[in-house]
Formats: sequence, structure tokens, C-alpha cells
Amino acid sequence: MSEVKFSKEHEWITLEGDVATIGITKHATEMLGDIVFAELPEKGSNVEKDGTAGVVESTKAASDVYTPVSGEVVDTNQSIVDDPAKINEDPEGSAWFFKLKIKDTTELDTLMNKEEYDKFAKETSS
Amino acid sequence: MEIKKTSLNKLHQSNNAKFVEFAGYEMPIQYSKGIIEEHKFTRSNSGIFDVSHMGQLFIYGDESLTEELEKIFPLDLKNLKQNCSKYSFLMNEDAGIYDDLIITKIEEGYLIILNAACKDKDFEILSNLLGSKFKMNLDNNKSLIAIQGPKSVEILNSIINGVDQLSFMTGNWFDSDNQKLFVTRSGYTGEDGFEISISNDKAEKFVENLIEKGAQLIGLGARDTLRLEAGLCLYGHELDINKTPVEANLRWAISKSRLSDGGFIGSKKIMNQMQDGASQIRVGIKPEGRLIAREKTKIFDDTDKQIGEITSGTFGPSVNGPIAMGYVDKEFSKVDTKILIEVRGKKHPANVCALPFYKKNYVKGVN
Repeated sequence: MSEVKFSKEHEWITLEGDVATIGITKHATEMLGDIVFAELPEKGSNVEKDGTAGVVESTKAASDVYTPVSGEVVDTNQSIVDDPAKINEDPEGSAWFFKLKIKDTTELDTLMNKEEYDKFAKETSS
Repeated sequence: MEIKKTSLNKLHQSNNAKFVEFAGYEMPIQYSKGIIEEHKFTRSNSGIFDVSHMGQLFIYGDESLTEELEKIFPLDLKNLKQNCSKYSFLMNEDAGIYDDLIITKIEEGYLIILNAACKDKDFEILSNLLGSKFKMNLDNNKSLIAIQGPKSVEILNSIINGVDQLSFMTGNWFDSDNQKLFVTRSGYTGEDGFEISISNDKAEKFVENLIEKGAQLIGLGARDTLRLEAGLCLYGHELDINKTPVEANLRWAISKSRLSDGGFIGSKKIMNQMQDGASQIRVGIKPEGRLIAREKTKIFDDTDKQIGEITSGTFGPSVNGPIAMGYVDKEFSKVDTKILIEVRGKKHPANVCALPFYKKNYVKGVN
């Protein structure tokens, strides 16, 4: 599996072959608070880099989930729809959102590595 | 304008509060455990709420004050016993609501608890209506602390002996730590609880004492989910100047004895609506599934006609599902009516349901 990369919209992404797994970061869940609702893209649909690909809602507000790369949705994580609290528990592990068959792996080049993201998250939240 | 802080601000900070601005005050929205944990703790144990931003208006006067206040509020104040509280409204001539409030008869007059965002305007309106005949004090030297939840009575009674003898919606003066405190048995969560009016310089120590006895600080986030589960209105959402108490389904708060003769501001409109019904009415709404319908979500019937709008909506931690309140046309206000709510451009099924969503645990009276 590839190195984990991060977007400015607080998504993480890993790549295995041409299939990317995408979720939201721990930092994002801490900003959102208790997540009580999740909506995922439809399997088989195509999503575009930086476009919306889902929704999460906390007790306070709704937020869009964006996809950091383009591709076809090949799998979604139904368990977080059934139990959204899982997203707070394990956001960067078992509570992934969707998997994409990606077209263009160079789209990952513009994303941040862990160190860059941690710095970005710290700067933008203070 | 500079943001105002309550006397508990430092305590909130040291308890890792996340702050928001609310009605010009820096207030804690939540602490480190988060809204759901805080909500559940209040339901099962005892939560402390800093509600010092709310207005504590003391009006002093003789019997003529009662007469004057009856020209304003739709209450039978002449028969209200000392230390008893009533929920009521400050209205305009069209029965539009300036504010909702709790009024308590005290020894020399009345204490009125007002919403933070409305208190200054309320003071102005009431000053104009009452003239200079009565002494009015919107007391900024006092904090207001609410303690809510099943263990609150035991915890508070260990600090202020005797509060366990209060019935729901009554209050009294108590001595504690060399000062007189006014305590009412009331609240905004659907739980048994109390509100304590205490001087600013003693508030922090008092709350620290409550924490030591096992109560925990709860933020405005959980206060909102708690009150929504209890089916209680929030001014600026369910209530505003364009809504009347009848439309808000709060006719129970209007004293029956005042309906025959009227004589209070807005009485004409109220009496008409009591007879003919209002065209729109506040209801409870449960979206199907887990979908959350926030404030301003439009409500439709199955012919695509808009029939109302959501005024508050969230996830109810004790109900374990989405809950909302809103206004719908009268013919759709019956419990179990199927309606559609439009969220992110799509219509989803929902049901009109009875309030409260969560059953109350109020203590009615003490044996």
C-alpha cells in the first residue's frame, strides 16, 4: 500500500494498485465533534477531483466530504452509515468512506504527506 | 462591540471548553467529552449549565404592579402564590412574541428570567409599558446556574440544604456560604433540576463545589439537544415576532381565567386564534432513517406543495435518532401525518409526531 496522503479538505487517501481508499482525518473528526449521520456516493458513480462525494453531520452541523482524486466508486463503507459514531472512533482506519478506481495517479502528487498535513491542520485550526 | 464573558469564563477555559459567540457572550458550546456524552450525562446523572447570559429582571412594587403586569402577560397573576413560577410571553398587539420567559412571584414583586438575546429590548419594552412607577433591575451582578438531571437534587441539597423540598416550578430564598440565594426548581432539559441565582463573585466557587460532588459542566450544544428532545421551544427558532403562542402550540401557558375578558397585550388575536385555530402550528417531526433536517428545511406534502418549514433539527442522543420541530399547515398537524422534507435537493419521508420526543422526569411535588 502507498504512503497515506492528505488533502486540504481533511481527507486521507491510500492507494493499492489503481484502487484508492478515502476517508476523513482524525483532525476533521475532532473539529466536527460527534458524527451522527453519513452519506456516501453511489457505487458505480463517477466522482471528480475536489467534487463532493458525501456528507457528514455532527450534532451541530452538516459538512460535505470531498474526493481528493477522480475515479469510479467501486466500494462504500456501509458500516459507517449504519453507525456513524464509528467515524469518531477510528477515522483513519476501519471508518473509511469509499474506494475509487482512479484514472490518473498523478492527481495524488498535489496532496500533502503526513508531516505537511499535520502542520497545515495545526495552522488552519488555530 | 466587545464580546461579554460570564463570571464562569475562566472555569470554562480550565475545563477545555470550546467557545462560541451567543447573544454577544462568549459561551461554551461543549467541553472535551463532546455533546453526546454531555447530553447522556445530564440524563443519567447531573449536568451544570452556565446560563448567566440570561436576563434576571427584578421588578418591585405593590399590588398595583400585579395589575399592571396582568395588562402585559396572559397570566392570572392575582392568584399566583408567592414563590410560584409561570412560563409566559412578552407579546406585541398582534400576539407576536418578543420573548418567552419565566416569571416568579417573589416577596416584594416579581423575578422574570429573559433570553439573553432579548433581555435589553425586553427591558426597554417593559420600562415603556410600566413607566417609572416601579423599581426595575436587570441585575448584571448575578450569575445564573442551572443544574439538571436525576442526581441534581441530591448534589444541590448537600450544598444548599432544603432545596429538595421545592416543588416543580416553585422557588425560594436559601442561605448558603453567608449569602442569600434564590433557587427555583425548573429547567430546560426535560429533567428534574434547579436554577440558582448567585452573585458573580461567588459563582465560580459554587460551581467548583458542584463539580466536586459529582456534577459536570455541560455546554450549549447539549443544552440544545436536551431541550429539543424535551420538545421545548428556543426563541429565535420556534418563537419569534411573527409567531403567536397559539401557533406555537403553547396555549397551555395562557391562563384560562384571562381568556374570557382578555385585557392583555395581544389578547384579541389570541382569543380569535383560540376559537378559529391558527393556520400553521408547531409540531414534532421525525425524519425516517438517520437523516437530519436542520432549521429552514422546507416541508412538502405528496403533491409537491410546500406546507411548512423546520425550525430546529438535530440528532437526539437519548432518542437515538433524528428529531426536529417545525411549523406545518393546520391540516398536516395531526400526529402520524406523512410529510416530505427537502434535504440537499432531495425529498425524504418524515412523520409528524407527538412532543416531547423524550419523556419528562419532572418532580411534580414533594410529599
